Amino acid sequence: MLTLDRLVRRFPNGTEALHEASLHIGKGDFITLLGPSGCGKSTLLRLIAGLDQPDQGRIAWASGTAPAPGEIGFVFQDPTLLPWADAADNVFLPLRLRGRSRSGAAAEIQAALARVGLERFAHAHPRELSGGMRMRVSIARALVTRPRLLLMDEPFAALDEFTRFRLQEDLQGLWRELGCTVVFVTHSIYEACFLARRIVLMTPRPGRIAQEIVSRLTPGPGARLALAYTELVAEVTRAMQASLARAAA
Amino acid sequence: MTRFAPTLFAGFFLVLWEAAVRLAGAPEYLVPGPVAIVGAFLATPSLFLASLASTLGVTATALAVAAVLGVALALVMQASPLARAAFQPWTVVLQVTPIVAIAPLVVVWVGDPFASVVICATIIAFFPVFSATATGLAAAPPELLDLFRLNGARRWDTLLLLRLPAALPYFLAGLRISGGLALVGTVSAEIVAGSGGVASGLAYRILEAGYRLQVPRMFAALALLSASGVAINAALGALGRALLRGRGEA
Repeated sequence: MLTLDRLVRRFPNGTEALHEASLHIGKGDFITLLGPSGCGKSTLLRLIAGLDQPDQGRIAWASGTAPAPGEIGFVFQDPTLLPWADAADNVFLPLRLRGRSRSGAAAEIQAALARVGLERFAHAHPRELSGGMRMRVSIARALVTRPRLLLMDEPFAALDEFTRFRLQEDLQGLWRELGCTVVFVTHSIYEACFLARRIVLMTPRPGRIAQEIVSRLTPGPGARLALAYTELVAEVTRAMQASLARAAA
Repeated sequence: MTRFAPTLFAGFFLVLWEAAVRLAGAPEYLVPGPVAIVGAFLATPSLFLASLASTLGVTATALAVAAVLGVALALVMQASPLARAAFQPWTVVLQVTPIVAIAPLVVVWVGDPFASVVICATIIAFFPVFSATATGLAAAPPELLDLFRLNGARRWDTLLLLRLPAALPYFLAGLRISGGLALVGTVSAEIVAGSGGVASGLAYRILEAGYRLQVPRMFAALALLSASGVAINAALGALGRALLRGRGEA
């Protein structure tokens, strides 16, 4: 789907957030970018989204051109909903920005809310929803345009363990159902191992792609209790420790 | 109990005031008691109410003009960094210059008493509503701005669907402060303008009563001014709560 070719990003204060980061992202992949805070994971996500530009390197799209507006869905760490709009209007927002009418998009809005289990909360405002429900609305909003690529920047980091587990399982189900490509940023090894088909480890700043581990875990709610999950967590932990040790040396 | 505390305190204070004046035998021209003040008001209620209407009319006009100008300038400064750089220092000049220093010039230049007073009150009411709106327009969460960019939003979309709604609570907070200041500006300008007649504002009633040593009438006008300030603040607070509740925020 796209290839990141030796991306470098320096901020105006001289900090190098990314150093020659290269990665191939295939169609239908579920990739987690895993690394300590400040290693450039979010920067990489913003470069892919086109919200920021690399100082060096390039992003090559298999289609030849960068995706059109709405073809990339983005879920932020906070739900970032419009507090004055109800859940349905929040989900409608990307369609509205593409010139769609509210009545014409009603079915898609309802379907997107149903996909995340919130069809009964269409008229609830964000302050009437729990943290987990707000994040579901945010995911529905990102999916309503049926994006080819879904970028998620630590979306479950602020949620409690129970809600996080449930949303992780729901997200995996959505990925299997919709078949879109997902790039998911996290600093949780457990989350990365449960969710992804490919776990990409990043080094501390300046961020580089240190290693990639392919998951052999069978996806599904029972995966957390599988021996393969424990082994994968151990493998990723060892790789992360080695990466941190190399960076400190 | 807490809800009624201000009313209870006011009642207690008024009783104490009346008792102190009577016990001390203070003359009315020095310190009148609440009963004498109410008596002064009831002696010529229509005159006081006409002055109150005049002052409130100017205050409302000035507040409306300040709100329109404040929002307009905030929008211009949001849209153009050049305009922001050009206007920002001058808005601070407006804020820090005492209105009593400007008012005589405005009265001389403009001539018309009503327009002069409205201009002075507008100057003093302008800054809070402008400053709050400008802050609100710039306070849209960066992630939401990113989301709008990702979905190909035009500047107009971002303004209409994000920046303006996000600025509403800020605007309402600024408007509430400006409401009180518009009244202060009106009274200050009325004192400087000093126009006479039935349609004169409450500030003129205070001046007139002062010249005649009719201190209970001064207090009656002062009490009406204070009550007006409280009413303006409460009305704008209620308006803000109603608007925000209507959008599911309050």
